[in-house]
Amino acid sequence: MSSTPVLLDNSQTPTRSEALKDRILPAMLAGMLGLGLLYAAGFAEAAQLHNAAHDGRHSASFPCH
Amino acid sequence: MFNLTTFRELVVAALWTGLLAGLLLTAVQQIQVLPTLLQAEVYEEAAAVANTHEHHDWQPGNGWERTFFTAVANIGLGVGFALLIGAVMCLRGRPSHWRMGLLWGLAGYLTFFVAPSLGLPPEVPGTEAAKLADRQSWWLITVLDTGFGLSLLAFALTRTYKFFGAVLLVAPHLIGAPQPDVHSSAAPAELAQSFITATVFANAVFWLTIGGLMGQFYKKES
Repeated sequence: MSSTPVLLDNSQTPTRSEALKDRILPAMLAGMLGLGLLYAAGFAEAAQLHNAAHDGRHSASFPCH
Repeated sequence: MFNLTTFRELVVAALWTGLLAGLLLTAVQQIQVLPTLLQAEVYEEAAAVANTHEHHDWQPGNGWERTFFTAVANIGLGVGFALLIGAVMCLRGRPSHWRMGLLWGLAGYLTFFVAPSLGLPPEVPGTEAAKLADRQSWWLITVLDTGFGLSLLAFALTRTYKFFGAVLLVAPHLIGAPQPDVHSSAAPAELAQSFITATVFANAVFWLTIGGLMGQFYKKES
């Protein structure tokens, strides 16, 4: 165990490498996939993408135009 | 190697969640967001004709084509947000169910919609705004800041960290969102107001659906 102060309540962690394999890596990968999709649908500048997603972006209150 | 089964479960749950939430959002938008948007565009186009004639790229034609592309975009946003919710559920590693999911959905709504909208309210087309890059930066910082602040408030074990979380929540609003030199809009103010009301409701429905469904579909046994 490290001596750093406990910032978040993660007391269920069995061992570090198991947590990495079972939770952290799948979550990071899913998160990155999600961010990629959000970028394409919400922020990408290509005019065609922008126009196709226009109403969705305005409705979601993403900075647009 | 990492746990591929968990990743696959996350993606499958997020795909179903995003599909259903995106379709529901599209239906809600057709009823109360789109009419306002279309009205605002009439004003925007009238103003544009009076000024310069811009070169127009391809855009979906009004009617079914436009609805179809909006639905695709909404489903994309829905799957993206669902993946983020799934990621934090997976990181937490607690058993999830739809009620827990609703709380995550609420957190997502506050983080991705309410907090940035306090500084940069949802705008109808044809509204003068500050430079796009500035607004995007402020939006991104506010979202990251609010997300981190909320998780500290909810999960931190000491009061000091919780206090720090609260400071993070208000910080972007004390700094303030980038504003245009002159506030002006082609559309009348009532239209802008009804657009805000419509999006506040539509996004609440969207986020709570994403959270609830993701909690239900991604069932983590502990």
